[in-house]
Amino acid sequence: MTTTQTKPLAPQPDVDTAPLKRLRRDRALLQAACIVISLFMLVPIYLISLAALSTRESLNDFPLSLLPTNLSFETLGAFLGSTGILGAFGNSLIVGIGTLLISALIGIPAGYALARFAFPAKEPYQLFLLFTRALPIVVLSVPLARLFLTVDLYDTTYAVILLHTALALPTTILISASVFLSVPIDVEEAARVFGCTPAGAFLKVVMPMALPGLAAASIFTFVMSWNEVLGASILTLDHRTLPAQVLTSLADSPLAYRFAGGFALVIPSIIFIAFMRRYLTNMWGSTIR
Amino acid sequence: MADITISHLVKTYPGGTERATDDVSLDIADGDFTVLLGPSGCGKTTLLRMLAGLELPDSGSIAVGGKDVTYLPPNKRNMSMVFQSYAVFPHRKVRYNIGFGLSMAKKPKEEIDRKVAWAADLLQLGPYLDRLPAQLSGGQRQRVAVARAIVMDADVLLMDEPLSNLDALLRLNFRSELKKIVKDLKTTTVYVTHDQSEALSLGDRVAVMRKGQIAQLGDPLDVYDAPADRFVGGFIGSPPMNFIKAAVSGDGGALIVGDQRLRAPSLLQSYSSTDVLLGVRAENVAVDTQRSSGDVPGTVLVVEPMGSSILLTVEVEGQTIKVQAPPTFRTSPGSTIWLTFSPNSMRFYDSETAMALVAR
Repeated sequence: MTTTQTKPLAPQPDVDTAPLKRLRRDRALLQAACIVISLFMLVPIYLISLAALSTRESLNDFPLSLLPTNLSFETLGAFLGSTGILGAFGNSLIVGIGTLLISALIGIPAGYALARFAFPAKEPYQLFLLFTRALPIVVLSVPLARLFLTVDLYDTTYAVILLHTALALPTTILISASVFLSVPIDVEEAARVFGCTPAGAFLKVVMPMALPGLAAASIFTFVMSWNEVLGASILTLDHRTLPAQVLTSLADSPLAYRFAGGFALVIPSIIFIAFMRRYLTNMWGSTIR
Repeated sequence: MADITISHLVKTYPGGTERATDDVSLDIADGDFTVLLGPSGCGKTTLLRMLAGLELPDSGSIAVGGKDVTYLPPNKRNMSMVFQSYAVFPHRKVRYNIGFGLSMAKKPKEEIDRKVAWAADLLQLGPYLDRLPAQLSGGQRQRVAVARAIVMDADVLLMDEPLSNLDALLRLNFRSELKKIVKDLKTTTVYVTHDQSEALSLGDRVAVMRKGQIAQLGDPLDVYDAPADRFVGGFIGSPPMNFIKAAVSGDGGALIVGDQRLRAPSLLQSYSSTDVLLGVRAENVAVDTQRSSGDVPGTVLVVEPMGSSILLTVEVEGQTIKVQAPPTFRTSPGSTIWLTFSPNSMRFYDSETAMALVAR
């Protein structure tokens, strides 16, 4: 304290720590809620994985071991080895990737058109797109099955690809339209002025900038196709996709088979998402961590 | 490098009724730096975009270097452009951005590298060539956009308010730098801005636009000194030109402002007994606290010290004008000062059409 100071400081009021305590309590509660919700999602996946990777006998043990003590690929092997499963797995992959490709091929240009051009009946067109999803899949599938029977497409993966493409297109178009809206038109114009053709500007500048968003749309499409079961069951008999195959044989299968089936259904989606996640979060050097 | 001939260009945007450009004709000589200046919505950007080929005119024609380009796609025009929003490609490194136009033109790699290095050096981007635009500041991004435009050896360089997204200090610095770069390039340049100080400082010629038409085209100092009409005088200059209602006496020898009589220049001889607008710039009014011959009294309303000068708002004969006084001038609101209009800097406008009066 300097000697020049003549007036004593006013007494400092005591620090009120109540708001700080409240803040800490709220944070702790939030963390707890996050953990509970995460467990709600993760525990079933863990249990299914555990059951699928355990021996058939250990499933009947009591109490059930919650730790992977009896790891074996016997159950999964049996599941994959049973009739039709590997084929169905392949069919699912073909259908998923086929759907992704065709819906991207049609949906991305349509989304681009929606984002960039003004044309008559643009609003009604967007609304009309959603009508496809308004119809229940059964209502769509039965007439489609008749149609495919007459054109000899019934019971092929193509039939399922076409159905899934129709189901995925509305979301592909609307998502990619919003993705293209977020790409500034200036950048595209700059590419044109500096010598690109319209297609060149789209491929060299717009597409790379839109890629993360389009990847998200394609994840959505693939997972939708992978999980869709009703339409696939109606449109195929011998060329079922995995969910359709599992569904039909589920009722009269042993417990282990069901777990292995569930595991096989979940894992590819997770791997696919994990792979595409890079494109979702890694944007122009500023990685979201 | 080429000259530009724009003739009778008309453009109406779909859904709009007003013409964005209304029968605009403009000749730009090879190597000229022309500034299109005007308030927002005056059609200056539309005109630039039609030059670039990003918009197509309804009628009229554009020729560059004697070749018609009116409906040519942008990539066939050999022009380069700096955008207001920079429009650099965010997914590519600075090096690729600068060389983009050259690689589209399929120039050899060695030439691209050389030109990119030259432009990066000129715009002080050397250390940033391997960065992504997201890692640069706004000023650096704008430098990338300029570098991308100048490596092109284009016939015409177009700039759409390139400085307007920069902060004030940066804008001032970059402005003089830009002027030097473009001068050395000797490329025909068309520059769009709404900032009159940019227009005056950069342009060889300034085209002031209003409602889709060119209100005045000329040397920056001419446009500043002798605005062709009231709009131009009011738009250019900070503060804008003062316009004072006045009348010419019956014998044409005196200018009457309220109760005051000023000696009229010879130009007004032929306008005896008519109402006119007297246009005078704030810096062309001399102020004094003492009365001397021929002065007009005014009451100070507001005093604004600007550092290098003092801006006074003065009421003269019931009309408010802005006057620029030297920084040493001392006065306060409410006091009376004496104003002298220098005869050579007075401009006269028709009180109805607001067009500059000419001797007749």
